Amino acid sequence: MTSPTPVPALEARGIVKAFPGVVANDQVDFDLRSGEIHALLGENGAGKSTLMNILAGLYQPDSGEIRLDGQPVAFRSPRDAIAAGIGMVHQHFTLVPSQTVTENVVLGLDRPRFRLQSSRSEAEVGRVAAQFGLRVDPRAKIWQLSVGEQQRVEILKMLYRGARILIMDEPTAVLAPQEIDELFRTLRSMTADGRSVVFISHKLGEVLAIADRITVMRRGKVTAAGIPPADTSMTDLARRMVGREVLVSVERTAYQPGEVVLAVRGVHAENDRGLPALRDVSLDVRAGEIVGIAAVAGNGQSELAQVVTALRPCTGSVTIGGAEVANRSPGYAIKQGVAHIPEDRTGVGSAPDLSLVDNLIMKRYRDAPIAHGWFVDDDAARGFAETLKGEYEISAPSIDTEARLLSGGNLQRLIIAREIESGPRLMVAVQPTRGLDVGAIEAVHRVLLARREAGAAILLISEDLDEILTLADRVDVMYEGRIVGSFSSAMADIGEIGLLMTGGGDGVRPTEPAEPADPAAARP
Amino acid sequence: MNLRLEPRTDAPRWFATAMTFAAFALALVISGVIIALVGGDPIRSYLHILRAAFGSVGVISDTLVTATPLMLTGLAVALAFRMRLWNIGAEGQFLLGAWGAAAIVLAPVLPAGTPAIIVLPVMMLAGAVAGGIWGFIPGILRAKLGVNEIIVTLMLNYVALFWMQFWVFGPWSEGGFQQTVQFPREAWLPRLADLAGTFPALGGLTVHLGLILGIVVAAIMWVALERTRWGYEIRLIGDSPRAARFAGIDISRRIVIVFAISGAIAGLAGMSEVSGVVHHLQDRISPGYGFTAIIIAYLARFGPFRVIIASILFGALILAGREIQPSGVPAMIQGVILFALIGAEVIIRYRVRFERRLVTV
Repeated sequence: MTSPTPVPALEARGIVKAFPGVVANDQVDFDLRSGEIHALLGENGAGKSTLMNILAGLYQPDSGEIRLDGQPVAFRSPRDAIAAGIGMVHQHFTLVPSQTVTENVVLGLDRPRFRLQSSRSEAEVGRVAAQFGLRVDPRAKIWQLSVGEQQRVEILKMLYRGARILIMDEPTAVLAPQEIDELFRTLRSMTADGRSVVFISHKLGEVLAIADRITVMRRGKVTAAGIPPADTSMTDLARRMVGREVLVSVERTAYQPGEVVLAVRGVHAENDRGLPALRDVSLDVRAGEIVGIAAVAGNGQSELAQVVTALRPCTGSVTIGGAEVANRSPGYAIKQGVAHIPEDRTGVGSAPDLSLVDNLIMKRYRDAPIAHGWFVDDDAARGFAETLKGEYEISAPSIDTEARLLSGGNLQRLIIAREIESGPRLMVAVQPTRGLDVGAIEAVHRVLLARREAGAAILLISEDLDEILTLADRVDVMYEGRIVGSFSSAMADIGEIGLLMTGGGDGVRPTEPAEPADPAAARP
Repeated sequence: MNLRLEPRTDAPRWFATAMTFAAFALALVISGVIIALVGGDPIRSYLHILRAAFGSVGVISDTLVTATPLMLTGLAVALAFRMRLWNIGAEGQFLLGAWGAAAIVLAPVLPAGTPAIIVLPVMMLAGAVAGGIWGFIPGILRAKLGVNEIIVTLMLNYVALFWMQFWVFGPWSEGGFQQTVQFPREAWLPRLADLAGTFPALGGLTVHLGLILGIVVAAIMWVALERTRWGYEIRLIGDSPRAARFAGIDISRRIVIVFAISGAIAGLAGMSEVSGVVHHLQDRISPGYGFTAIIIAYLARFGPFRVIIASILFGALILAGREIQPSGVPAMIQGVILFALIGAEVIIRYRVRFERRLVTV
């Protein structure tokens, strides 16, 4: 039943899925043949994960059709999908740390019905593991395993449940190079067995190495449908992934950088999993300039923002206006004049159950006129909120509305209003326009450029390369925690930046800025 | 059929309040059914409760006396819960507060014959400090080491109980009995009955100054939470610790301070009870005020003034319950109320949807 047929093993036609404020999948077609590894390539937010979550039964599409071996299917839950032979391995594992590999694999299955026969299950699990070259001890407890081994358990779980189609969401993001080789061997042995794999990634090199066919997505649409690696190149894929269309150009004044406001020197930091996220990062941001960090998600740019705002410990030096903020409190960094538009708007950037007023005064309640001795001057706070609500066009029924009721664009306006009104000399903006509609994007861009003109230093972190090239005076490219290239945005070649972002530029990595006119080179 | 919970995004302001009342009403209905099942008459029982708690000036006074320790412990718990610090230790903090206050006259810290105007404030201070220390311990453990405060406060309750029992059975025992000598009159909180000489109508009314203390604490707490920078920070931390950290607030410090203040208020409740009602220290000084306080704080949705109302309600229930049955029915009603409230919490936050499962491949 797994023999190759002209009918695709899995086929999606005209999939549409909208979330509030964003169309994640816009008429997406995708097909997967038996026995192939099909890579799905795209930036974060391109809609890859949404599409796969639909195929795996996690989301229901707004419209469109899914066919399995030519038969239309409708999955209401991941359980339905796995029953039909489609299994997904997510980026974040769903394993019980205190239980063994075998217990995790059989967890939730109907068999064994009542009594766990560990030895028999262990033998079965071991057999399936050996068949696909998954090196893992069935008796080991999950907490004893490395991340790579845990991933093998996740794959094993799906294979044990009889998955014929395996969807892997950025499986290599957490792996060491030799583990990647091993994963690839496993995937190969699966396809040799007639199974199919969807491989989500944004690393061009490995996609070209492993995939039989490649589909590229950008902003919810397919920009390359199932092309074989032989018909494409890294540069071509990079362009399809990051796009080329120029945004509505925004008016900007001449580039007149002032003194260095933010100086980062030799910073190392770890991510939440304790893995190295920043490796020897050094950069400057001067007054009156926007420095863009171009990187694909998970390459250290979020951690960079947190280090600069003193939310994350690090080694090395981070100074704002000459004051060392590395490993100080976030409050101290705020006192040095840093404002932060965080990536996580609902969890970090706002307090969802508090009112607009309470959310807007977050950075001002310590100072007059809102602070009145120990008290918060209610009239001043409300007046301040009312002014900002009007000025930044935050549309909400009233200033007493709770923040969680705001739409994505309005919540972002609220955060930007608050951060800018704190009068920062350094602004760290992370994904400031992700998920926003065109009008809101333009408003955010105008506001950022106005701050630049007013002499603020701005560190702009975005996965949207167009946005960076539109706004930034200089661009630093990050890959795997390192700065792998620096450009003046006037001279930047989008293809080259795209290559560097996706790890494709190893041979041509410019360690020093190319132009001598670069202000970083002129430091005293 | 499938049951699905979707987060509510559009609930109006009054919805939470309405659901709280509905839960309370539902709890009375469920309790009524149980009373009927065991052969009682629910309507008559409730009417009796109403009469026994509010039927005359005398019983209203008794209701308020019972409500006073509930009010103060309820405020203590509500303050901590505002910051999502689960202080289950108001009972222990109450006991330690009672012990601390008693120590002033029993140790004695102040010589006999010190006037009430000095003794009472010192006792209040001692009760608050003792309870505050009992709140500080779980606070510092949580803030510095991340130790779960529920476990710590729960266990500290027993430590406080045994500590107090040691003094009652041992050094302070009155001739081997399980209680201490009666406090001197200077250590009694003034009662309405004390004014009977001037106003004979007040004779026998046992309401004491602790009630005023509770109302004052509630008022201060409301102003502190709603009108001060400190209160703003507490509300921010309670809603989103990550946003609070992002706003530059030192969360660890707030945890310790709030826990200590919460303990101090519960300690004050202990002081009010020994000095206003019991007038000596004894083993069974609290029938679980610190635990009932948790239900009260929830019923009041952590609002200080609502705590006053909820504690009077529970005061009535406990007082009148004693007349119906020594322990069973009132405790049962309290339990049912708590269950209904927790259920209401889900309905306040989520919309419950029933879905028919679609046929799939």
